[in-house]
Amino acid sequence: MNKSKIASIVLVILAVVFLAVFPLVFKKDSTINVIILILLYMTIASSWNILGGYTGQTNLGHAAFFGIGSLAARILWVKGLSFSLSFLAGGLVAVILALLIGFPAFKLKGVYFAIGTLALAQILNVTVGNILPEMSYNPSLADYQLVPRYYLFLALALVTIGSAYLLVNSRIGLGMMAVREGEDAAESLGISALKHKLIALLVSAFFAGLVGGAFAYYHVSYYLNMPFGPEWTFDSMMMAYIGGTGTIIGPIIGSIFFVGLKQLLVWNVGEYHLIIFGVLFILIVLFLPGGLVEIWQKIQKMFTRRRRLEESNLSAMKRAEPLRKGD
Amino acid sequence: MLHGLGQNLAFGLLVGALYGLVALGLSLIFGVTKFLNVAHGELLMFGGYASFWAFSLLGLDPFLSIPITILFLLIIGALLYMLVFSRTAKLPEESKIKNTLLVAFGLSVILQNLALRFWTADERGITTSYARIVFTLFDVRFPLVRLACLLVAIAFLLGLQLFLKKTYTGKAIRATVQNWEAASLMGIDIHKVYLLSFALGAALAGVAGTLVAVNYSIMPAMGLGWTMKALIVMVLGGLGNIPGTFIGGLVLGVTESATSFFISSNYREVAGLVLFFLVLVFRPQGLFGTKES
Repeated sequence: MNKSKIASIVLVILAVVFLAVFPLVFKKDSTINVIILILLYMTIASSWNILGGYTGQTNLGHAAFFGIGSLAARILWVKGLSFSLSFLAGGLVAVILALLIGFPAFKLKGVYFAIGTLALAQILNVTVGNILPEMSYNPSLADYQLVPRYYLFLALALVTIGSAYLLVNSRIGLGMMAVREGEDAAESLGISALKHKLIALLVSAFFAGLVGGAFAYYHVSYYLNMPFGPEWTFDSMMMAYIGGTGTIIGPIIGSIFFVGLKQLLVWNVGEYHLIIFGVLFILIVLFLPGGLVEIWQKIQKMFTRRRRLEESNLSAMKRAEPLRKGD
Repeated sequence: MLHGLGQNLAFGLLVGALYGLVALGLSLIFGVTKFLNVAHGELLMFGGYASFWAFSLLGLDPFLSIPITILFLLIIGALLYMLVFSRTAKLPEESKIKNTLLVAFGLSVILQNLALRFWTADERGITTSYARIVFTLFDVRFPLVRLACLLVAIAFLLGLQLFLKKTYTGKAIRATVQNWEAASLMGIDIHKVYLLSFALGAALAGVAGTLVAVNYSIMPAMGLGWTMKALIVMVLGGLGNIPGTFIGGLVLGVTESATSFFISSNYREVAGLVLFFLVLVFRPQGLFGTKES
């Protein structure tokens, strides 16, 4: 195990411990809500990244899975089922939806997949809005507690990111990336593109559905079709891109950045954070396709190269030493 | 029943002509440059606002404000091309489409929020003094405004066709569509062709925006809905096929009005999207396209 790996493991542990004790130290609801928002976006962006980043299938219909998960969980929960079961049901329903639309959607390649999934999500969005136009109210508002919701989001974010990490470092993950780099080439090596895309879609939908369920648990009252809105897809996609698609850390950075920017700017100038975020997103797509992670890697590489250069200079000097003694 | 159906069909065709115009700019841009500009709906919104302000501040009739809209959107389109889209002009086709799709999504977020800052979230529309005039033919009612929109849509479709077929610049554009590398070897400045096509496409979106402001309403969040309509029409008609685009618009208009007649007007949008998805999966070359293109 090399030094940088140990350092990152220590960093992860520190971050998790920090987040775990956070609500015990900072008791202000508004602060906890900000962290919840970050964790929510982190999870949905990470789940988008499994299919959109690692498998290269730009899914513009991610909101459908988030929405259906929240819808199923909310309805079951309000009807009296225990929340934990409703929550799992949300993830499951999202997987079923993914199975239903996966086969036809993956007939579409490249950009057609993108606009096709956008159409599917909009179909669901409008239909749910038509059938269930009413506001959904929290059934037990009296004993609403923020802290358990915080831990639900934290646990979910950790499980999602952990699963994504395990998945992309497995053989299947390698297959997914091979499909991203070139579908025909991957197929010619015996990697089934459809199979890998489907696995990525199912995992991605499952976690999006779960985080939808968490959203249903967290929000006091909202229109039932609100989680189906396309902005859920676009925001997660932009976060993944700004952080760096196809990396584990990318959506994490992107979501912190997104919510941070929102907090910084929302107080005085309205929705300016979205304008800045949009500009940044365009700049990254055009000039820095690796996202903010790429900047970091470039800086790191510069330093290690310099260090290596210094080391080689040093060893060259050492080698030169005896010669100098000799003359 | 039968009478209602006829009325519905007539309205579907009139709306469809407008849809054709809505998609015309998107189709032109995609056909020439292979930029998938999903900020099309936002450009349309800007056109709608230009006419709205010309109407409410200067008292200018929306149909007479079309030249202003065109000028406004030509400038915006040219700026967007020079600042943003030109960076992707030389990419291979596949990644060009994908990158411009992403970039345009970013743009739509920016433009939507700028509109929110400038013009608030209020829904606005243009109601002209002649908005209520209706002609009746065989018991079917034709509102004057809709007929005027039909004329405008046809005029711009024919104008664009003539421009592409008859003028030297139009021929340069068509040559670029066929093979941009060969065209550039023949001395055609590709960047100029792209710039012109993009600005023209934006201007057409602006004209469509004026008509939308007259017939429906405009607001900052309207963009995505109209972008979807334009995408649907473009796919129905075959990508980059300009006469096909117009027919695609009619098909969408009739599909929508049939849906509201037989099912419910709440599902108009869904019907279009379902049709869109089916065509994407089963006939990606469009309803009227040939296999090759």
